[in-house]
Amino acid sequence: MSDGGCASRSIAVTVNGSVCRAEAPVRLTLSDFLRQTLHLTGTHLGCEHGVCGACTVLVDGRAMRSCLMLAVQADGHQVTTIEGLAAPDGSLHPLQAAFCRHHGLQCGFCTPGLLTTLVEFLKDCPDPTAAEIREAISGNICRCTGYDSIVAATIEAARALRGDGTTP
Amino acid sequence: MQRDRRSDAPAPPGLPPGPRAVIGQSLPRLEDGPLLRGQGLFAADVNFPRQVTMRVVRSPLAHGRLVSIDAAAALAMPGVVAVWTGADTAAIPPIPFRATRVRGLEPYCQPILARERVRYVGEPIAAVFAEDAYVAEDAADLVSAEIDPLPAHLDAAAPPGEFLPGLGTEATVVRKEYGDVEAAFRAAHAIVALDLSVGRHSGVPLETRGAVARYDAARDVLELHGTAKKQHWNRDEIARLIGRPTHGVHLFEGHVGGGFGVRGELYPEDVLVCLGALRLQRPVKWVEDRREHLVAANHSRQQRHRIRAAVDAEGRLLAIDNVFFHDQGAYVRTHGARVADMAAGLLPGPYRLPAYRVAGHFRLTNKTPAATYRAPGRFETSFVRERLMDAIAARLGLDPVELRRRNLIGRDEMPYARPVDALGVDVVLDSGDYHALLDRALARFDWAGTQARLADRRARGECVGAGLAFFVEKSGLGPADGVRVSVDATGSVELVTGAASVGQGVETVLAQICAEALGIDYRRIRVVRGRTDRIEFGNGAHASRVTVMSGSATYLAALAVRAMALETAAMELQTTAEALTIRDGRILRIARPDEPLMALGDIARQMGPNSPLMRGRTPGLTAERWFYSDHMTYPYGAHLAQLRIDRDTGEVRVERYLVAYDIGRAINPMLVEGQIAGGFAQGLGGALFEEFRYDDEGQPLSTTFADYLIPTMAEVPPVEVLIAEDAPSPLNPLGVKGAGEGGTNAVGAAIAAAVDDALGRPGAVTRLPIAPRTMRRLLAETAR
Amino acid sequence: MKPPAFLYHDPRSIDEAVALLARLDNARLLAGGQSLMPMLNMRYVLPDHIIDLNRIEALAGVRQIGETLRIGAMTRQRDIAEHPLVRSRLPLMVEALGHVGHRQTRNRGTIGGSLCHLDPAAELVAVAANLDATIEIVGPKGARLLPMAEFALGFMTPAIAPDEMVAAVNLPLPAARHGYAFLEMARRHGDFAIVAVAVVLTLDPAGRLATCAITLGGAAAVPRRMAEAETMLRGAAPDALLFGRAAATARAVDALEDAQVPGWYRRQVAETLIERALATAHRRAVAANGMAS
Ligand code: FES
Ligand code: FES
Repeated sequence: MSDGGCASRSIAVTVNGSVCRAEAPVRLTLSDFLRQTLHLTGTHLGCEHGVCGACTVLVDGRAMRSCLMLAVQADGHQVTTIEGLAAPDGSLHPLQAAFCRHHGLQCGFCTPGLLTTLVEFLKDCPDPTAAEIREAISGNICRCTGYDSIVAATIEAARALRGDGTTP
Repeated sequence: MQRDRRSDAPAPPGLPPGPRAVIGQSLPRLEDGPLLRGQGLFAADVNFPRQVTMRVVRSPLAHGRLVSIDAAAALAMPGVVAVWTGADTAAIPPIPFRATRVRGLEPYCQPILARERVRYVGEPIAAVFAEDAYVAEDAADLVSAEIDPLPAHLDAAAPPGEFLPGLGTEATVVRKEYGDVEAAFRAAHAIVALDLSVGRHSGVPLETRGAVARYDAARDVLELHGTAKKQHWNRDEIARLIGRPTHGVHLFEGHVGGGFGVRGELYPEDVLVCLGALRLQRPVKWVEDRREHLVAANHSRQQRHRIRAAVDAEGRLLAIDNVFFHDQGAYVRTHGARVADMAAGLLPGPYRLPAYRVAGHFRLTNKTPAATYRAPGRFETSFVRERLMDAIAARLGLDPVELRRRNLIGRDEMPYARPVDALGVDVVLDSGDYHALLDRALARFDWAGTQARLADRRARGECVGAGLAFFVEKSGLGPADGVRVSVDATGSVELVTGAASVGQGVETVLAQICAEALGIDYRRIRVVRGRTDRIEFGNGAHASRVTVMSGSATYLAALAVRAMALETAAMELQTTAEALTIRDGRILRIARPDEPLMALGDIARQMGPNSPLMRGRTPGLTAERWFYSDHMTYPYGAHLAQLRIDRDTGEVRVERYLVAYDIGRAINPMLVEGQIAGGFAQGLGGALFEEFRYDDEGQPLSTTFADYLIPTMAEVPPVEVLIAEDAPSPLNPLGVKGAGEGGTNAVGAAIAAAVDDALGRPGAVTRLPIAPRTMRRLLAETAR
Repeated sequence: MKPPAFLYHDPRSIDEAVALLARLDNARLLAGGQSLMPMLNMRYVLPDHIIDLNRIEALAGVRQIGETLRIGAMTRQRDIAEHPLVRSRLPLMVEALGHVGHRQTRNRGTIGGSLCHLDPAAELVAVAANLDATIEIVGPKGARLLPMAEFALGFMTPAIAPDEMVAAVNLPLPAARHGYAFLEMARRHGDFAIVAVAVVLTLDPAGRLATCAITLGGAAAVPRRMAEAETMLRGAAPDALLFGRAAATARAVDALEDAQVPGWYRRQVAETLIERALATAHRRAVAANGMAS
């Protein structure tokens, strides 16, 4: 930290497992850093004021709104985005697969934020009720689906992640 | 979601009878892969080297004389490339009408940058071009405008006044009439009159608008990316506005984060980026922020209706006389007078109505311009019409269901021509068995049992009620759509359509239709849409038209390709085409189905231009077909709601909701249910939560997602869906009707009826949305 | 909607942060950012300097000191809600946090940030007021303690000087056997409350109300302790009628008016929620004391 503060800083963020180094203006939001600097455009911006949840990413495993963080604040931290959910061999994460089967997405704009939020939620709460799911993702607005198919998909994904029952 | 679907629709012509392998199946979507992996291409994801970012400076006042704009400070900022004001774009004509042009509306068209006057908060007054979005916003903040404030017109139902020098607030009056209305009112057993309002709200897709233009000098083509809905019309108009040949402009659609009527209209910003790319010779990117979206993209819905009905002693409608005020906002954009026209033409809905007169006062106010939003003119008028039906029932002491039964048009009266028009075509209800659907919906909801249970709960002090609304939608607006289906040498199929996709699953639906007709796995079909460089004409995606129009064209084109393939194979195999069929992309003899003979790809190769077989013929296993329609199809349905009101806080909890919807034939029931569930959530927003509010000066109060209340998962209950296929449309080969808007249409109506029922006070709800404070007041009045 | 230009500082210690505050003009402290970042993105605030507190480890943590819970200003809301001490001794806090924003904002948002933002509708502000919290403030002249009632100076205005910052909040723990309730009404789940009510009460061996604290959030410019109701209840034998009378004191509240919510509506909802919260808190107190209700 220089005495006068800085307008730009070189940072190193581990994104989806690999270290990304870049010079970041200090006012650059984490979301713009991901989208513009790293070209990871899967993280979407629906409001940029912390209401819609479309920009949600995992920071050190916790779901956070990337429009409400500065890129410099992620320096030295681990970030997981939608691009990092599928397995290295390309197979879908159980949540992704269940969203497809249950029509949990239409336009898909809200989907990355929902999936990242749910990844954390199902770690904390592996066997949730529908009511718990509704509460957990009430911070993610979806304008297309009416939400119920998302709840159904989440229940199925939870089952798959727990390893009980076969997925259809 | 529970499914309840009958699949006894007859086989589409041209295909063998029996169960369909692909059509009617809830297959997973083709669209999902990239969207689930974060590999979508939404407008803001489009980037080009050397691009500059555009930022629009917007009017801070609702109405005023624009004296001057000072851009010197902005221009002096490092990283700023240009700043334009109205003077720089004076030569560009205003945004044109696409629909429902009515004489007299032209002076109300919107220029791409304001000159002389500003007319609503959010109106573009300058455009800043800079190296990135951050700098562009810094510079835009430095642009200062001197504006002499003028009083704002905010109430469309107020007496008409002067909107602009020499121009009134009333741009036109939409009038329709048939039958002897006066005589009906004179003869009436009873007259019921209501004054009802619907609040201003809109589609508000989760993706804001965006546009990226680039001029490719090498090919002399201007490209616009991030487009939606109406690429071909927008291309033609952009070319005209900026003075280029139509072939020198191409529009591209990537992924679209929801359309709902709002996205994909031609807006000032679209023209500005195109002009920027040409003048600056650099790609120009514009991404709207949410605050801009809420004041700049089309609003919708705000209307006030003063409606009167004349009825006989049995409650049969004799006439309706309606006067309504349509709050258009500050400009008339691409839709002309369409929403008011549809409200006027479609208000009678599913009922027999001997005489009808309507006057829709189309009024300008100093608010964001309005246009269509999912079920435009129908969400509003279903609320009005069904409120009216409930009021008639209450007045005559009739059961609301029985009253509807008496007035619903009968199955034997179909097709039913109503002597009015809407969207420029005559309203001819093509098919339907309204009574049967009503009965099925009531049975499914256990309406009688529900009434008893609610009565019980009310007796125990709870404030609970149920309500119902019946409606007719419209879909499949013509006049034409074309599709080209081609098989390549690998056996993969490309389907090029002039339709667009705003996220509903268009690709999957068209692929399913194509797969069924052609006999190939739907996953081997690539659907190309929303691109003007791949197909000459197109009418886009709106008004629930894609499945009907493009779906029918797909069907015809795929059948044509099928016939070509069979014919070529028959020559090769020295048999007749009738003896062959196609399954899984392979030709086989009907008599020996276990022996696949040749693949579609083989035939495509043999039909190449160098093949001796093709000498003298047009090569390629490909066909383009067009489907024409002069009339719309009319799906119909019922909404049934049960809810509970917290007496102390006025909060409404929807406990159960059923949408019963007959769409003729469901191509993919899972997607239909998705449309209905999503449509319902939006309807619920308009019924209980969402409203663009303004203060007395015309300052918008709903400019963030904290103030414009989109229902979240905690507010939207699961919805039950009953998809019926009782009445396939006779107007297209598949019998389909559009499914996009029925989930939204009657939500306001059904919720209002259920609230009345809970309060035990017919007619209590006169305005949407019903905010808790309104409810609290109604509760207090009811207690008195 | 991008943040304006500023210079960025991320001190590693409280002293460093205080020194920066003393030296820099027009500086804003950045805690969890769940309120400040939207304000920056919307350019409602235009600071020259941002002092980011997220790398000061000493500011985070929950500790019991005697019968007080000391929560560091930068403790995340989610960590507070999951802390065993909070869960066992301060269930009111857990219940209130259930209404604070959403999972994603609680993962990042801090208690200190919420208190300093001092939105009258914020749940944590109401809880702090209800528990008679003391705010630990540090500045160039060292540390000082300020009762919550004095800290909440006015509408979104905490009583801290520009060169001071909040280091921690001290929450006196209610008696082990107490009753509590946190209720709120918001338009949508997770929104700021139109009205929120926090209640903590204890019973004497005879089942009468020994102590009772009632706080109204969202209704007035600052969280409002319902002193008249508290006096009415103290020493009294609890019943529904009494709770109703106590709740009726909300009718005198000078409630906020805004475009969405008129004052009369806030007062009516406040009355309802106080009555319900008292009933719930009483029921829980009875259960905690093993009394028959
Ligand atoms: S974009 Fe971050 S919450 Fe909406
Ligand atoms: S799928 Fe479109 S916003 Fe959720």
